Amino acid sequence: MSSGPVNQTRRQSAFDAADPPEEKKYLECIHCGLCLPSCPTYLEMGNEMDSPRGRIYLIRMADEGKIGITDSFVKHMDACLLCRACETACPSGVQFGSLMEKARGQVERKYKRRLSQKLLRRFILSVFPYPDRVRAMLKLGRSSQRLGLRRLVIHGGLSKSLQIMEELLPPPDEVPADIPLPRVTPAEGTPKFRVGLLTGCVQQVLYPQVNAATVRVLARNGCVVVIPREQGCCGSLQAHEGGLEPAKAFARKTIDAFEQAKVDYVIANAAGCGSMMKGYADLLKEDPLYAHKAETFGQRVRDALQFLHQIGANGRYGPLPLKVTYHDACHLVHGQQIRNEPRALLRSIPGLQLIELKESDFCCGSAGIYNLLEPEYGVRFLERKVDNIVATGAEIVTTANPGCELQIAMGLRKRNITMKVLHPIELLDMAYQAGIAPRS
Amino acid sequence: MIQGKTRIVRELEKIVGPNAVIHTEEELRVYECDGATIFRALPDMVVLPATTHQVAEIVKVCHREQIYFVPRGAGTGLSGGALASQGGIIIGLNRMIRILETDVPNQRAVVESGVVNVWLAQKISGDGYYYAPDPASQTACTIGGNVAENAGGVHTPKYGVTTNHVLGLEVVLPNGETVEIGGKVLDPPGYDLVGVFVGSEGTFAIATTVTVRILHKPEAVKTLMGIFHNIEDASNAVSGIVARGIIPACLEMMDKLSIQAVEKWAKAGYPMDAGAVLLVELDGPKAEVEALADLVVEVFQAQRVREVRVAKNDEERELLWKGRKAALAAMGQIRPDCYLQDAVIPRTKLPIILKEIEELSQEYGLPVANVFHAGDGNLHPFILYDGRYEEEIRKAVELGARIMNRCVEMGGSITGEHGVGLEKQDFMPLMYTEDDLEAMMKVKCAFNPDQILNPGKIFPTSKSCVEVGQHKRDRIRYEPHRIEKEGLAQRF
Repeated sequence: MSSGPVNQTRRQSAFDAADPPEEKKYLECIHCGLCLPSCPTYLEMGNEMDSPRGRIYLIRMADEGKIGITDSFVKHMDACLLCRACETACPSGVQFGSLMEKARGQVERKYKRRLSQKLLRRFILSVFPYPDRVRAMLKLGRSSQRLGLRRLVIHGGLSKSLQIMEELLPPPDEVPADIPLPRVTPAEGTPKFRVGLLTGCVQQVLYPQVNAATVRVLARNGCVVVIPREQGCCGSLQAHEGGLEPAKAFARKTIDAFEQAKVDYVIANAAGCGSMMKGYADLLKEDPLYAHKAETFGQRVRDALQFLHQIGANGRYGPLPLKVTYHDACHLVHGQQIRNEPRALLRSIPGLQLIELKESDFCCGSAGIYNLLEPEYGVRFLERKVDNIVATGAEIVTTANPGCELQIAMGLRKRNITMKVLHPIELLDMAYQAGIAPRS
Repeated sequence: MIQGKTRIVRELEKIVGPNAVIHTEEELRVYECDGATIFRALPDMVVLPATTHQVAEIVKVCHREQIYFVPRGAGTGLSGGALASQGGIIIGLNRMIRILETDVPNQRAVVESGVVNVWLAQKISGDGYYYAPDPASQTACTIGGNVAENAGGVHTPKYGVTTNHVLGLEVVLPNGETVEIGGKVLDPPGYDLVGVFVGSEGTFAIATTVTVRILHKPEAVKTLMGIFHNIEDASNAVSGIVARGIIPACLEMMDKLSIQAVEKWAKAGYPMDAGAVLLVELDGPKAEVEALADLVVEVFQAQRVREVRVAKNDEERELLWKGRKAALAAMGQIRPDCYLQDAVIPRTKLPIILKEIEELSQEYGLPVANVFHAGDGNLHPFILYDGRYEEEIRKAVELGARIMNRCVEMGGSITGEHGVGLEKQDFMPLMYTEDDLEAMMKVKCAFNPDQILNPGKIFPTSKSCVEVGQHKRDRIRYEPHRIEKEGLAQRF
């Protein structure tokens, strides 16, 4: 339109030019408020600053120079789970996730955190994206469980986080030893697709059985499964916390690894990773070398369950007489809009009874590393989730993201509930096994 | 500006706890507007009580200190009703979210006023019941807010508005006293105070719990979508449905721009190239619904309907409504801001007013999309603008005023369901004389004599309760009747 801006003397934005939250994205918010009840933090805290609409308003005001990157601005950005439930609720299609990640990027560079918080973040982000370090921490965690090391950490701000970190780790007997997977697994029968599998940092260390099951199920469905050794972390944890530069580096490496593997599809069995890789285009759009690559790469990414549903998974399942419920991982249901596919696959298993979980698409409080950074709120969301899970009366709770698996398992363990937490693909795998050799 | 703010913050924190009082400017900013972003006003404080008792304690402080205060639900309102337009304290009811009681056999439920409209429906759905008032924002708006605005929704043609579904209220008066009005029975003896209260736009008292009537779901529901070449045909079809004596549960119309905005998101199968779409929902016993559906199709055909689609199952039906109800929310795809009008017009005038709106839209260079609650003649023009440009804000407001004037000239009204609030107070004289307005103010003054609760709303003038009725008394004093002047009669 022809008229001039209201703020002729527009104040200096609180953001700098390196990946700021985009104006055109926050302008899409029309302030209708339909997102409010979808937001876990709004429901829990009951204030507008901790709602999607309020956070967008704060981001907009910071960009318009009306407020700075202050303690309270950071507090409300930090409190966001980045579950993106608001995106599902928003009829104007506001890309909240992108706005929040970029706002956090600005916070990380422009805001001075307390030393303890800074160290905690640095520590977590220097461990989780690296499988070897996760493995080392698993060992260390166990010994600290034995020795009660954390009691030595007297810093009030951190002890809660470290306690959660310890409690999150599954008991030693529940983590299988490393399951080596071949670089290339041939398809059973005629090969129909050549797919690459992202093995994930947390997934491959704490849930190697999920990757093994994924490979078997894909192979059974005519896929040659390639696991490029050059792959690393997808970068999602970094991006989540505003570490956009390290995230970009991880993204480029991931793109290269799968490009060299020459695959038709890139498969992720961790919702957070799949959602991240599908969104590489937004992350790398200013990168002249990778912008285009990121876009075509993103189009080839599929969540494992989405892919199986799409190709029409072969139904030679044996019966599994189990009562199962399903928790929607945020980055599957909201980040990738995959809601029905996992349910349809589970329902196709004979004998399996799928019981709907109340508030199934409400965040469990894991949210990347939120449970470690905001332990108090993380636990509140977990309690709500566990209450709902218990109410289903199911024997198994399934979810397609390792973070949710760890979090929910911790919640169940604390209440001494012996319910199993599995990835849906493990049940598909079991059903195929049962189809080959029916149990007597 | 509140005198002794720090002291009052401390006192309020004692009532509600430290995390429930918001008082720093940057945090208060997020409360400076509701769903109508064209109006903004910064409150001095926001307090978030969790119980009726806390509300009463807060209000007592406000009363003692004579501080303005304003209740706020989800902030989805569209007339600026929840703004602290003259400063003061916003009392946010978003922590009062319990459904206290559901008495299904007796068809009633008691909820706290911060309960989201759709939560109640979800809670009783398993028993085969529902709560009829369903504003488009029902997934977010609160029942307390619905009571304040006497909210409508798409089911109004058959089921009426909020006031038809509220039995009783617990309210905190502006002096901090908690009282109950109405009760659990339908139409209790004495004055219908619930009827007076519902729609008072938060200017009488703060409702803290609401007893509502719930209804059994009908045996059959059928939703038909008539796709028309133009608005005229669709309008004639509406008149045709009414003329046949059919009372549909819902009767909604959308114009081309609305259809396009909605379909992009909802993917409900709305035709992107249609001139207008009519959604008709019929409910009741199966045989009746089927028979009425045939009649509706006949009426459609008489108006050269391009195509009639029937929702095949609940999923398709819900998707259609999800689309319709997202109309406002989807406008962000077209322009950054939306100034939504809430006019009422005689149904037969719809094609004329829409043509005029189209001309005004051209004249001002701002797109206008329209949805129409055709069953009750409630037209919502969405004026789309960019609030970063002052010129556009001015144009949007002026365009809105011109639409409103034309609607009143055609025999309509300035608001159907969104309330007067801040937005339409200047239009009130189009509808009412000064005497009419004073009569209404007298009712307000009975509840809110100091006018510390939600001041500066609804009425175009800001008179104190002492001044209300003054001009009339003056007139009586200075204008003796003819027979008095002639000495034929004497006033005692």
